[in-house]
Amino acid sequence: MHKGLFGRKIGMTQTFDSEGNKVAVTVLEVGPCPVVRVKTTNGKDGYDAIVIGFGARKPKHTTKPYGGQFKAAGIEPTLHLREMRVTANDVDGVEAGLVLDAAAFSVGQKVDVVARTKGRGFTGVIKRHNFHMPKASHGTHEVFRHGGSLGTRTTPGRVFLGKKMAGRYGFERVTAQNLTVTQVDVTQNLVVVRGSVPGPNGAVVWIQEAVRTVK
Amino acid sequence: MSLVHTVQRAHLRFDLPNFRTGDTVRVHGRIIEGEKERIQVYEGVVLRRTGSGVDSTFTVRKISNGIGVERIFPLHSPRILKLEVMSSGKVRRSRIYYLRDLQGRAARLRKIDPRGANESDAAE
Repeated sequence: MHKGLFGRKIGMTQTFDSEGNKVAVTVLEVGPCPVVRVKTTNGKDGYDAIVIGFGARKPKHTTKPYGGQFKAAGIEPTLHLREMRVTANDVDGVEAGLVLDAAAFSVGQKVDVVARTKGRGFTGVIKRHNFHMPKASHGTHEVFRHGGSLGTRTTPGRVFLGKKMAGRYGFERVTAQNLTVTQVDVTQNLVVVRGSVPGPNGAVVWIQEAVRTVK
Repeated sequence: MSLVHTVQRAHLRFDLPNFRTGDTVRVHGRIIEGEKERIQVYEGVVLRRTGSGVDSTFTVRKISNGIGVERIFPLHSPRILKLEVMSSGKVRRSRIYYLRDLQGRAARLRKIDPRGANESDAAE
């Protein structure tokens, strides 16, 4: 597991790089993420991990078992909670109550951003599976965005499993890999990454060190 | 949107003069050719200004060796070293695309004094 933090997608804009090229960027508000618990190999958990939270959860939405996790750390229950596996070195000096922020990222660093894409509802095959549109002329009628035949005839006499058809599209977990951090502002919890990020503006995202970096 | 604006603000330029459609401008652009870097001066009539904030651009048209050339510049680009407003033309619309269909004497704009006082005929 790679080190990461919760954040919020604020929106996209353009900036100029040092050579004057236009760059499309996404503005993310990252953190503050309090450390809720630290697990260690030598402790009762038997492995190294850091549990971090993000956002405020209303007391009336907090169940006792959920809220209990925060009692030991002495912090308010957070809306989001996630555990990340780390190495023993990373656990050193980290303790519950410590607040992590945008300072965890640096300009030029490669990061992955994980988020849920915009929900598109029940969607046809053209948009959902990038099918081609049927012919509009040469005698075609009443079929504008259909997917065509579902299969053959008596043999095999059924539709194959996994046949691409219309259905619910979007609201799925997607990772945008290897985005370059172009700007970090710790005072405003601001991280700007190059390129686009899944999800609508305002969505909660998970931003972490890039898992695969291009050699 | 506030955080997006703070990111944009750092990239905005406030040093450029005001100009509008119909003005004749001289753009001193930085051109990078491999290792070398030089300054190219491009002078022409502003056909349009588009966008807002860091996204704004303007189109400059000139006649180069008898051929109409149009270049679109991002207004806030650091590649624009200097922008000079040579003269202002009298125009009644914000997009003067009709200039593309006109040639020679017809493609001139009536000049206006920056203060809007005297109006006189002059080549574009």
